[in-house]
Amino acid sequence: MIIELGHFALVLALLVSVVQALVPMQGTFARLPSWVALAGPAAIAQLLMVAIAFGCLTHAYVNSDFSVLNVAQNSHSAKPLIYKITGVWANHEGSMLLWVLILAFFGLAIALFGRNLPPNLRARVLSIQALIAVGFYIFILFSSNPFERIYPAPADGNGMNPLLQDPGVAIHPPFLYLGYVGFSVAFSFAVAALIEGRVDAAWARWVRPWTMTAWAFLTAGIGLGSWWAYYELGWGGFWFWDPVENASFMPWLVGTALLHSSSVVEKRDALKAWTILLAIIAFSFSLLGTFLVRSGILTSVHAFATDPERGIFILALLFFIIGGAFLLYAIRAPMLKSPNLFQPISREGGLLLNNLLMTTSAATVLVGTLYPLLVDAISNGEEKISVGAPFFNAVFIPLMIPLVFVMAVGPLLAWKRGDLGWALRKLVFAGVISILSILLCWWWRSGNAPWGTVGIGLAVWLIFGVITEVAQKIKLFRSSPAEAIRRFFNISLSSWGMILGHLGLALAIVGITGAGAWKSESIQVLAPGESATVSGYKFIFQGAIEGVGPNYRYTQGRFIVTRNKEVISILNPEKRYYPVRSMPTTEAAIHTMVSGDLYAVIGDRKDDDAYVTRLYFNPLVVWIWTGILIMVLGAVLSLTDRRYRIGAPVKRRKQKSIALAKA
Amino acid sequence: MRRVKFAIPFCVFIIIGLYLGTGLKNDPRKMPVMLQGEKIPEFSLNPIPGRDEKGFANTDLIGSISLLNFWGSWCVSCKLEHPFLMKIKAAGLVPINGIDWREKIPSAGLQWLQKFGDPYEMVGIDPQSKTAIAFGVTGAPETFVIDYDGVIRLKHTGPLNQAVWDETIFPTILMLKKEKLHE
Repeated sequence: MIIELGHFALVLALLVSVVQALVPMQGTFARLPSWVALAGPAAIAQLLMVAIAFGCLTHAYVNSDFSVLNVAQNSHSAKPLIYKITGVWANHEGSMLLWVLILAFFGLAIALFGRNLPPNLRARVLSIQALIAVGFYIFILFSSNPFERIYPAPADGNGMNPLLQDPGVAIHPPFLYLGYVGFSVAFSFAVAALIEGRVDAAWARWVRPWTMTAWAFLTAGIGLGSWWAYYELGWGGFWFWDPVENASFMPWLVGTALLHSSSVVEKRDALKAWTILLAIIAFSFSLLGTFLVRSGILTSVHAFATDPERGIFILALLFFIIGGAFLLYAIRAPMLKSPNLFQPISREGGLLLNNLLMTTSAATVLVGTLYPLLVDAISNGEEKISVGAPFFNAVFIPLMIPLVFVMAVGPLLAWKRGDLGWALRKLVFAGVISILSILLCWWWRSGNAPWGTVGIGLAVWLIFGVITEVAQKIKLFRSSPAEAIRRFFNISLSSWGMILGHLGLALAIVGITGAGAWKSESIQVLAPGESATVSGYKFIFQGAIEGVGPNYRYTQGRFIVTRNKEVISILNPEKRYYPVRSMPTTEAAIHTMVSGDLYAVIGDRKDDDAYVTRLYFNPLVVWIWTGILIMVLGAVLSLTDRRYRIGAPVKRRKQKSIALAKA
Repeated sequence: MRRVKFAIPFCVFIIIGLYLGTGLKNDPRKMPVMLQGEKIPEFSLNPIPGRDEKGFANTDLIGSISLLNFWGSWCVSCKLEHPFLMKIKAAGLVPINGIDWREKIPSAGLQWLQKFGDPYEMVGIDPQSKTAIAFGVTGAPETFVIDYDGVIRLKHTGPLNQAVWDETIFPTILMLKKEKLHE
């Protein structure tokens, strides 16, 4: 009964979204205020309906109602409660329902926080949001319905992919989806602006917090996903250039470009058509991300739906949403005039270079991800190739080097016309430290992995570039210490957002470089009492015990790790076996230190008490997660800046910050 | 001219969309068997330094039934599989040739073979994964059964063991030998 209620609520959500898509939009053209005003209540009603639907499905999962096909296929009565709940979105149908739930949440947020927006703009944005929703509701109801019953009901369910039974996975898809779907708001604003034919600083200020929110969630989602892959897959790596990872990385790259270009629209009233294009592309990549995972068009470790029919449906949806937006762009974008010109060497110029490198990177990732598919399509399925990490590293790293280099310089350039010589003189200190760190690295690691030293040098350059910028902002050494401290506390929150964003990236580069260039691993069969040494850490194997967990059997190994005869840590890696899916998983044991992670994985039993073991020392990995956290924190701080309170009129504070910038 | 510029995104999108559409018709799961019944792709690989002088090429595989095993010293499952390969070699059932794939250090493969035993007739090294990609190898170990004419008759992904041998590899070899008898 409850399941039918959920099904019915979802149908109602579709009907409400049809109304929300058509009536307010028509109202803006026909100048009917009451039609326009319908957008807000419709958005609220839509959220209510889809939330009921989602609640009903969750209820079925929690109570293990195996008469529901989706529950029977993906859940099991012996599963811990937390994974019954996360199981709702750990499958295709449920994750689509989560997608529309989040879309409806953003609709509600626009309806509630967008009260200061011009009514027509708000109505159009909500209409476009609803139009996207209509497509997804139809998709769910007709090709991926989670409310389908099965008769007779099986006694127990199929269980859930054990790889996904993990707290990291439990929260990572919602974050990714909050990011993906968050870009729908920027997209809707862009399409509304195209319909209106007008983009101005106010528009950029309205879009910015939504883009920032989506970006923050996406950054956190990618970070969590990468962290999960690091400790759960047991390969000692954190990024595999897997198509699904790429699918989340492309909107991130374009979203980052969008954040930067929208600040040019806001401050300088330039790059308008380009910013609109980025908003459309960012959401297109988000949809493509959803599409790539869902259709099984590219196989990867993450794929849990392989169904061409669904793929055709999603493809039609993509044509409708993205194709429509690009067509509108082709017709209306020529009307958007950017009257303000700027010199190539200026803040705008720096941001534009950022944009070019970011979008080129995104295009590179796109090509690398789709290339195997293209080869397949051209050769009629006769040829299949795989594009792996070597390609991405070879193409991506050269793009990142100039990007990081410019990141330190750009913020020191003035708007409109900057003084490069002045900026570089300010950066002499950062340059010297960076060169010293390169030399130090080279000496310490005696020159192996030369690009590792380049990475560290760049990260140090950026860290000190950021410090130089803060020093400039507070006039360090050029005014009294008291004045500097006062200025330090007066740095606007959105400036802190940028500072922390850049700093976080620098720290993440330290970690990525360290783990990529100087990782050491050792694979061997160890009997109890035997040991292996990795990077000066001695892993002494003490044997393994076998036991039974809530819904799995496990083998747990025990290692004592020592360095110079001093005990550093005790590691207990597990290998689990889930009988319901007859699938093993590895639970790596990790000891995190500032200098790197000790990482142990236990494999199969060899003979008697000897086991295959994999031991790693992953240098500096903790800095990846720290860097990502700092980036997200930067975005959150930036969101709390009064200027970006959605639709807030330009107040005293803005004038104050302009005065500060001039001073 | 100015207007044309703004239509570029739309055109690019249409092209990508068409490619994605054609891609949907191909089943990604077909990948593992795509080479079955086809001639082995051409390759010519260097030997493991120190193991032998002679290289290993596709032409070496014509004229006898053989197994072609993709492995690497970095691959844990290969270690699992290894004793069984030694057993096949000891029994002299069918020659096994190896491709030592994705070795970072060229000598790592030799050390591995010296430590655990060498079940192979010919071994080539493929550090750039070129041959592995040509064979559509997705992970190690992977083993191909190749017939007299150099045609791939079976592909097995994952470690070989007694059960795999009994159920798939051996029947295939038996069938190939019978085919030869009847010619």
